[in-house]
Amino acid sequence: MNHLFFLLTLAAYVGSFAAYIGYLIAGTDWSGRLGSLLLAGGLVTHYFALLERARGLHTVPYHDLSGSMSLFGWLLALTYLSLELFHRQRSVGAFVLPFVLAFFLFAQLSPPDRLAAPPATGVAFAFHVTLSILAYAAFGLSCVLSLIYLGEQRLLHKHRVGDVVWRLPSLDLLDRMSQSSVLVGLISIAIGTALGFVWVDRLTGNVWHYDPKYVVTLLVLVAYVFYLRLARNPSWRGARASQLCIFNFAIVIFSFTVVNLFFSHAHRYF
Amino acid sequence: MEIVLVGLNHRSAPVEVREKVSFSNDQARQAAEELRARGILHETLVLSTCNRSEVYGVPPETTRESAAALSNYLSSFHSVQLDLLSPSLYHHYDRYAVRHLFRVASGLDSMMLGEAEILGQVREAYRIAYEQGATGPVLNRLFQGALEVGKRVRSETELGTRPMSVASAGVKLAERIFGKLQERTALVLGAGMISEQVVSQLRDRNIARLFVMNRSLERADNLARQFAGKVIAWDDWESALTLPDVIVSSVSAEEPVLLRAHLEKTMAARGNRPLFVMDLGVPRNIDPAAASLYNFYLYNIDDLTQIVQQNRTSREGEVPRAESIVDEHVGKFLTWQTSVELIGVVESLRHKLKADRAEFVRERAERVNGLTVEQREQVEALIDDLLEKMLLDPARRLQGEKDLRRKIQQVEAIRELFLPDRERWR
Repeated sequence: MNHLFFLLTLAAYVGSFAAYIGYLIAGTDWSGRLGSLLLAGGLVTHYFALLERARGLHTVPYHDLSGSMSLFGWLLALTYLSLELFHRQRSVGAFVLPFVLAFFLFAQLSPPDRLAAPPATGVAFAFHVTLSILAYAAFGLSCVLSLIYLGEQRLLHKHRVGDVVWRLPSLDLLDRMSQSSVLVGLISIAIGTALGFVWVDRLTGNVWHYDPKYVVTLLVLVAYVFYLRLARNPSWRGARASQLCIFNFAIVIFSFTVVNLFFSHAHRYF
Repeated sequence: MEIVLVGLNHRSAPVEVREKVSFSNDQARQAAEELRARGILHETLVLSTCNRSEVYGVPPETTRESAAALSNYLSSFHSVQLDLLSPSLYHHYDRYAVRHLFRVASGLDSMMLGEAEILGQVREAYRIAYEQGATGPVLNRLFQGALEVGKRVRSETELGTRPMSVASAGVKLAERIFGKLQERTALVLGAGMISEQVVSQLRDRNIARLFVMNRSLERADNLARQFAGKVIAWDDWESALTLPDVIVSSVSAEEPVLLRAHLEKTMAARGNRPLFVMDLGVPRNIDPAAASLYNFYLYNIDDLTQIVQQNRTSREGEVPRAESIVDEHVGKFLTWQTSVELIGVVESLRHKLKADRAEFVRERAERVNGLTVEQREQVEALIDDLLEKMLLDPARRLQGEKDLRRKIQQVEAIRELFLPDRERWR
C-alpha cells in the first residue's frame, strides 16, 4: 500500500511540475489549473503515505531523517499551495515543485537510520516537530521566492523582458509572498519551540536542558524577525531584503542538517 | 437560414469614409428596427467601432438581394453616395460571414492584432440588439459563439497578453515592478502626445495620483484636467521627484534634465523606494548612468520599442493557434446550422410529399369506381405511412453524418431535387 501511495504521489508531483512548466512557457490557463489540481492530489496521497509510515512505525512518521525530509516536502507543497490560493499566483509553482520532488524522493531513497532513538510520543511533541518543520518549509519557500525576485529584477534591469518575465508575478507581489511565507514560518517556529519546551518539561520535569539547537533556533527567529522589519523599510525592500532572506535560509539549512546531525542531542534526527 | 454580412473596416476604407458610416448605439437600434420593418432582414445586428461598421443579418427566405439592399440602406441611412461607399464595402455570406465575425471577436481582424477591446464591443453590440429583440435564434447562436471564441482565443493563446505600443509596454513594465497600480503615483514631465498616451493607459489601470510638470503651465494644466491630475510648477523639482512611483518623461531638451547625481539624492530622500522611469525623450531626458542606482528602473524609447517588436513577433506566432480555434468554432456553428436546416428541410419535404400524395390520390381515385370514403382514407393513410417510412431512414442517416461537408452537400441535394422553390443563393 505504501508503495502505491509513493507511486501516486510521485506521479502527481511530476505531473504538477510539468503542468506548471507548461503554464510558465505557454501561458495557458488550463495548464496552470491542472498544476494546482495535481499538486492538491499529490498532497492527499503524500499525506496517506505519511500515515501509512506512521502506522508501520507505531510512532510519528518523522522519527528519522528520511521521515523528516518527507514531511518537509509535504509541508513545503502545502505552504506553497496555500500561498498560491491566497495570492492567486501560479507562476511560481514551476520553481517550487523541484524542491518538493527532491525532498520527497530523497526521503524515499535514503536508507533507514540505524541509530534510531527510542520513539518519542505525545501530542506536544507531535505538534512541536510538525510546526518546526512547517516553519522550515515556509522559510524555504520564502528563499525560493527571493531567488525568483532577484532573477526577475536582474532581467528587468538588463531590459531582457521575455516570455517568462511577463508571466512571473510582479516584484512587489514576490516581495509580499515572501513576507507572508516568513510570517507563517515565524508563527510556526515560535509555537513549535514553545511546545518543545512543554514536552521536555513533561518528559523530564525540567524545562531547560542545554542544546545547541536552542541557540540556533533563536538565531533563526531573530534573523527572520529582522528580515520582516527590514523588508518594510523602503531602503531595504527589494533586492537587499531578498538577499537577507536567502542568507537566513542558509542558517535554517545549517540548523536542520549540521546542528541536528552533529551538535544536538535531542534533535539528532530532526 | 442564410447569414449575410455587409460592412467596412480599417483595411477596406480610409478613416474619412469610416467616420461617415459609424453608428452610435441609438443609430444602431434605429437601423435594426428599420431593416426589419422594410423586410430586408429578419434578424439584425449592427457592430460599429472606430475601425469598423458591420451589419449582420438573416434575410427572409425568399429574398436574394439582401447584400445589395443592405448596401443601399447604409448609403441612405448615412447620406453617403453609394458609388463612394461601394468600393469600401465587403459582403460575406454564411460560413464566410461566420468566420469573419469569429476572427473579429478574437482580435485577429483588428488594427492592433489581438487587442482586447473588440470583444467587449462585440458583447455590447449583441446586448443592444438582443434587448431590442432584433436578434433571433440564428444571430443569438452566432454571437454567443463569437463571444466564446473570443474568450477561448484570449485564454488559450497569448494573442492579447503582450503590450503592443510604447505606452502600453511602459505601463505593463510598471505593473511588473509594482503589481496593481491602484495605490501608485505617477509624475509626467512634458505634456506632449506620447505623454498623453501613457497617462491614458495609466488612468485605465486606475493609478491613484497623477502629477504633471511642463514648462508651459497652460499645457500642463490641460493635460492634468483631462486626466484628473494636479499640476506641479516646473521649478519645484525637489519635492516633485519624491512623490511618484512612476515617472514619464518626454521633455524637449538637448541635454538630460535629470542627472545621476541629482537622482541619487532624490532616491536617498525618498528612502530608496522603487522608481520606474520611462524616458520617452529624444534626446534622452534622463542620465543613462542613473540606471545603476538601487531600486531605480530606467527604460528609454528604444528599450520600449524593442519590447513592442518582440511582442509583435510573439503575437504573430500565436496566430495559427488562434485561427485553428476559430476554425473549430466555425465548424461547430455550421454543424448546428446544418442540423437545424436539416430539420427544416425534412419537415418541408414531409409537407410536400403529403400535398403530392393528396393530389395523386385525388386524381387516381376518380378513375377507380366503388371506393368508399372510408376506403379512400385507408388508402391515403397507407401511402402516408409508406412515405414516412421511406423518409425516416435517410433522415436518420443524415442526422448522424459526421462529415460536415458531406452533410451540407446532402442537405443541399435534397433541397435542390425536392424543394426547388426554396433554392439557396450565394
